[in-house]
Amino acid sequence: MTTTAPPADERTERRSDERVSDVGLLRRLLIRPELGAAIGVVVVFAFFAASSEVFRSPAGAANWLYPASTLGIMAIAVALLMIGGEFDLSAGVMTATVGLTVGLLSTELGWNLWAAMLGALVLALALGFVNGFLVVRTGLPSFIITLGMFLMLQGLNLGVTTAVTDTVLVDGIDDVPGYELANALLAGTVDIGGVQFRITILWWLVLTAVATWVLLRTRVGNWIFAVGGDARAARNVGVPAARTKIALFMTTAGAAWLVGTMSALRLTSVQANAGIGQELIFIVAAVIGGCLLTGGYGSAIGASLGALIFGMTSQGIVYLQWDANWFMFFLGAMLLLAVLANRLVRRYAEQSRK
Amino acid sequence: MSEDRPERADQTGKPPAADTAGAGATGAPLLELANASKYYGSVIALKDVSTSVRAGEVTCVLGDNGAGKSTLIKLLSGVVRPDEGEVLLDGRPAGFANPRAALDAGVATVHQDLAMIPLMAVWRNFFLGSEPTKGWGPLRRFDVAAARRITREQLAAMGIDIRDPDQPVGTLSGGERQSVAIARAVYFGARVLILDEPTSALGVKQAGTVLRYIARARDQGLGVVFITHNPHHAYPVGDRFLLLKRGRSLGDFAKSEITLPEVTRLMAGGSELDDLAHELERA
Repeated sequence: MTTTAPPADERTERRSDERVSDVGLLRRLLIRPELGAAIGVVVVFAFFAASSEVFRSPAGAANWLYPASTLGIMAIAVALLMIGGEFDLSAGVMTATVGLTVGLLSTELGWNLWAAMLGALVLALALGFVNGFLVVRTGLPSFIITLGMFLMLQGLNLGVTTAVTDTVLVDGIDDVPGYELANALLAGTVDIGGVQFRITILWWLVLTAVATWVLLRTRVGNWIFAVGGDARAARNVGVPAARTKIALFMTTAGAAWLVGTMSALRLTSVQANAGIGQELIFIVAAVIGGCLLTGGYGSAIGASLGALIFGMTSQGIVYLQWDANWFMFFLGAMLLLAVLANRLVRRYAEQSRK
Repeated sequence: MSEDRPERADQTGKPPAADTAGAGATGAPLLELANASKYYGSVIALKDVSTSVRAGEVTCVLGDNGAGKSTLIKLLSGVVRPDEGEVLLDGRPAGFANPRAALDAGVATVHQDLAMIPLMAVWRNFFLGSEPTKGWGPLRRFDVAAARRITREQLAAMGIDIRDPDQPVGTLSGGERQSVAIARAVYFGARVLILDEPTSALGVKQAGTVLRYIARARDQGLGVVFITHNPHHAYPVGDRFLLLKRGRSLGDFAKSEITLPEVTRLMAGGSELDDLAHELERA
């Protein structure tokens, strides 16, 4: 603490500044990025749990936790990327690219499933690198770069699949050597008290914890916030901004590999048009979780909570036997609410600039 | 304090600022500009300008818009090199290849835009790019506790009482942010601090606060180059005054050689101001 008492005029000034932080505790709670999503989780859970007995049963929970888990893994990676100030519109279709690559390499070329998965991982990371490299090298908005990647991959997925299989489907993945172990590790179920929970839920929880740790407790985490907040200022103090951003795109691609593989293993087949439109849902989950579209702010836990809201709603609507179209309405409404809340946060945070 | 100092500061091979604390203005200049000129094509940005800054001294660079203050900063901080004359560090040609080289030699520049991220906490900003770590291998992590503690200590040492180092920099006032930037430069081993118009965007009280931190940095034994167009900010804190006008030096004065009214008069253009005053009086 200060050893010398500040002169009177300084103290007066400080007291007048202090008015800003008089409500500090409440405000600090309000500006937690996860807060909105946490409230959303409670409200959505309470609503469906009260209306549907199946929803609140353990088996029901296992059901809505699965879509939440795969969406959540992607939302975490997309949230990190958004905190770093960039978008990836190719993330959704990339999950299908990965699944198709695993399927084609194993069923058509006869690769062992593990080799096929490794091949798909190399491909995904390379695609992520291309996204990131083009963005940092050209300075163009990642929106445009990854939109190009999205359309190219969409075309490739359909084109290559139909050329090789004469259908829009790659199947028979469960006949490939190595399937049993890979499926058990990435897509199988675990029996907990007589209820079958997908192991993807465990992956999701672990990755949420890892991402949160990286974000809040490592140098790289500090750099991610910085390059998203102000890349030029970050570079000025020695942050490797280009490397950080490229790594974030590769992380997103890595998540797409994981989720694409999980889904291919579980379904044992991959549709060539899968994943299209998912990229926006990843972004919506991240935004509901508190990520600012302008970067520099957000949380991995928030993105996971955003994914949980989606998982609960998508299954809850089925349990209540509602028209599935209400899901899209809900998606839009949640997004709008989240963005409005974020706007208030940002205004608060920048209130006394200048 | 020195055991908390990160490696980077020690690698400069220079004594840390703390060793010269309280030394006051003594000895040879730390950083010197000797008859320096800089041309941009046919534009004379700076012509035959000399000044110096010693440890524990504040050298004020005063001038109106277009006087060459920015060029002078660029010369001292290694952004550009003089076409004639020299930049001397400890009496030897500095030859900074780039701002990074100047920084490594202990010459830190605090620009108006401050290189801070508004949405990030004060302590995260303080260590951005030079985060202290603990642990090893994949568990090597940002030593958050140390970063918080050092930030609080360093700000306190500068007399800056930040309510909460966790608050985003964007919620600080302009004066407070300048102060954090100054404290950061001091902590990371700066011997010479170049401040680019740190008071220009601030109100009277805020400017006063920043001037107090400039004095504090000076008392810690740093040489400070304080660029401003406001003689009322410069005179109380300055030990030496370089007055620039249209790229040329109007003189490099010690405080004993010049008074505040004279500084103001020279800056405003001397007799031009007298004429103006005369004209306005009649009007």
